[in-house]
Amino acid sequence: MSQVITPSAAPAAALGRPRRDIGIKRRYAAERRFRAYGIAAILFGLVFLFILLWSVVSKGYTAFQQTMITVPIEFSEQLIDPKNERASNPQKLLTANYPVLARNAVAKVLGVAETDRTAMRDVGLMLSDSVRSQLRDLVVADPSIIGKTQPVRLLASGDLDSAFKGQINLSVSENNRKISDRQVGWMNQLSEKGVLAKHFNTGIFFNGASSRPEAAGVGVALIGSFYMMLIVLVLALPIGVAASIYLEEFAPKNRFTDLIEVNINNLAAVPSIVYGLLGLAVFINFMGLPRSASLIGGLVLTLMTLPTIIIATRAALKAVPPSIRAAALGLGASKMQTIFHHVLPLAMPGILTGTIIGLAHALGETAPLLLIGMVAFVANYPTTPLDPSTALPVQIYMWANEAERAFVERTSGAIIILLLFLIVMNVGAILLRRRFERRW
Amino acid sequence: MLLLTTAVIAILGYLAGTRRALALSGGRSSTMHSRPGYYGSFVAVWTALPALLVLAAWLIISPAVINNVVRSDFPAEALAQSSATQSLNFGMIEGIARGLNALSPDETAQAERNPGDLRALMGGRGVAIAGDPEPYMVKAAIDLNRMRMLNSWGSTVGVLIVAVLGALISYRLIAPRFRARNRVEHVILGSLILASSIAILTTVGIVASMLTEATQFFHAIPAWEFFFGTVWDPRFAAAGSGGSEGQFGLVPLLLGTLYIGFVAMLFAVPVGLFSAIYMAEYASPRLRSVVKPLLEVLAGIPTIVYGFFALTTVGPFLRDISAQIAGLTTGNYTSFIQAQSVLTAGFVMGIMLIPYVSSLSDDIITAVPRAMRDGSLGLGATRSETVKRVILPAALPGIVGAILMTASRAIGETMIVVLAAGVAARMQINPFEPMTTVTVKIVNQLTGDLEFTSPQTLVAFALGITLFAITLCLNIYALYIVRKYREQYE
Repeated sequence: MSQVITPSAAPAAALGRPRRDIGIKRRYAAERRFRAYGIAAILFGLVFLFILLWSVVSKGYTAFQQTMITVPIEFSEQLIDPKNERASNPQKLLTANYPVLARNAVAKVLGVAETDRTAMRDVGLMLSDSVRSQLRDLVVADPSIIGKTQPVRLLASGDLDSAFKGQINLSVSENNRKISDRQVGWMNQLSEKGVLAKHFNTGIFFNGASSRPEAAGVGVALIGSFYMMLIVLVLALPIGVAASIYLEEFAPKNRFTDLIEVNINNLAAVPSIVYGLLGLAVFINFMGLPRSASLIGGLVLTLMTLPTIIIATRAALKAVPPSIRAAALGLGASKMQTIFHHVLPLAMPGILTGTIIGLAHALGETAPLLLIGMVAFVANYPTTPLDPSTALPVQIYMWANEAERAFVERTSGAIIILLLFLIVMNVGAILLRRRFERRW
Repeated sequence: MLLLTTAVIAILGYLAGTRRALALSGGRSSTMHSRPGYYGSFVAVWTALPALLVLAAWLIISPAVINNVVRSDFPAEALAQSSATQSLNFGMIEGIARGLNALSPDETAQAERNPGDLRALMGGRGVAIAGDPEPYMVKAAIDLNRMRMLNSWGSTVGVLIVAVLGALISYRLIAPRFRARNRVEHVILGSLILASSIAILTTVGIVASMLTEATQFFHAIPAWEFFFGTVWDPRFAAAGSGGSEGQFGLVPLLLGTLYIGFVAMLFAVPVGLFSAIYMAEYASPRLRSVVKPLLEVLAGIPTIVYGFFALTTVGPFLRDISAQIAGLTTGNYTSFIQAQSVLTAGFVMGIMLIPYVSSLSDDIITAVPRAMRDGSLGLGATRSETVKRVILPAALPGIVGAILMTASRAIGETMIVVLAAGVAARMQINPFEPMTTVTVKIVNQLTGDLEFTSPQTLVAFALGITLFAITLCLNIYALYIVRKYREQYE
């Protein structure tokens, strides 16, 4: 810009007359300040984007590793089934005291005497409660294992896991933390022997809800989210495309279509929680569909995503040049044939991009799902969309409300998984647009 | 299963129709009005559509009919009970009916003679029922099962007959002069119209459902107490007790919503606007192509993530830093900012809203005609002067519209405030204290076990309709401003 202003000042200086002060300096300073504000604003946004991502990743990456203790476990008949009645009473194998097996095995490695009851209790607390079901499943699957000794990889308790990852401040007085100095000593001892180590945590992907952080995972939530996305895709894409075709290609300009248009624009801006209320009142209260089912979640998210898809599809249809339509019509195609055979295929990349972005939006939506009862403790995989389930963002919400330190790590881990899905979807949309975008 | 059969018949109809059309044309396709595929589709449509309509009607009507028939067999004393007890009884009958399916015919007969045995019998099959059934219940359950069986057979047969009939009639209609394409296209057009009216149905559904529930609420609590009450204290009553009326004052919630929204806009508007101006007026295309998508990532992050960020990072950080500041100035290390506060929620929401403000204003600023910019620069104004004196005034209506739209988003935002703003409904002006919002209370009132008759639950719908009305007004006004502004330049 300086070129524009300097010429008027330069001749004056050349003539040697004193320069009239027109505040150039002040104005340039203002210009620089203004510019700095702009840069500062952008930096502010970017810095917080970075802090947000960093805080999630730094808290969450450890959730993908889990402390495990691998010890040889003696499936002693004495403890599991002392009276040898498992053939007559299958219940016996289900109710046996399995945690003792694990505890004894770890105590043996540590050299703790089985008679020292407080020490044994502390050893037991180092293991997750889930060892019970883990060992039970092993024995029930193969009862011949009883009497043998086999190495098993056991989950360490959530507190021990946090301590091993260095998340518990060990300088705090022993009474104020959940893990004692003796347990820390044992932990280091086990770690030196290579018995205790961090392994990749597959549980976080496959396990269902659990009140124990070390055994909690997003498996159920992933399936619930998957069902919902499927329902949204199956319902919202055809309905959205059909609605946009009608509005863009067939609708006469009248009051009714005007009304629909204003409506769609407004629906796109209605707060998502209102859709939750709609789902609660219509699908659950009025139609009597089961609460917490991913079917209802899918229907609510469909209604929420429809305006997005319709707006994107209309833009894509509008971008197809009229010459294509004219050519098809000129060759004798009916209006319907023109649209379905020529216009729609050309608009498809744009439609799909809009759909993926709408789906990504629906995947991260939480508020409406809270209202239709997806805040549920579901430990078993849902087999149909009518079974109770949760969704990934709702799982995050539930974990965020848990107090334990280990759940903060889980929550961040789940957020990382959610963000990864979103990144994949958005990158997919961008690639799709790059690959197929046409300029007419 | 039924759907699958219908689909198979429809596909067969399609194939048959296509073949018949081909046969009729005798190799010269020009003798037929439409292409063979259309005749096939015509048959398929006539097979599937009436069958599906019949099925839908059947599914809607039959449960009500069956219930009525079963209920009419109830003894008089059962019918005299209150409607709540009756529906409980009916639920129990349904439970028994489900359980009966697991029993053998002999056992069923035994249960009919001797209802007291039923519980034990079903317990043996792993079916638990609540309480001992009364004699009429077992009989009703058996009736229910029988009628359901009949019903499912009836619907299957009925639907299949309709499907086959439709296929046959439409197949007979195929002739060279028959305009199959036009017929099929009419059906398609009808379905397109149906799809686009779903948008209207959604709005109608939102308004109708919320109004009916809210009206129920206003029967219990007078409307003026809700809209002008200054105390929010819903008092969760135990289910069914119906006692202990709470106070449902909207004012503290609305104030909290507006306050938090205001704080959020305080952060989002300057930052968003300045980044939009920089990006539109100063940034090189390359910088713009990198920075703009990065800022828009902020809009793509789910709000629950922001909520978690506020809860675990921003809140504690503000609390600790305020303790440090208090310690340095007064020597007393107590934090004056609470972890959950208006400031925390507003600040994080502000970050979330930056991209909304920036991309909307960016569009509007770039839409200002080039001539205005060139004119101002040509007269010797610096860029910032051009922006301040020419571009912003020209773009002002659009920017106001963008800000209004952003504000409506701030008001409807839920997850951030649920996690970061607190639940205490208070009226105060200190931004360092927690306040609560309309959306938080909707979530609070509706999570957990609920009963659809208590005002504690129904108030959520009254809150919802308030929220809907506010955001609707903001949006319509914003759209109106933006549209009006656009007309000036085009």
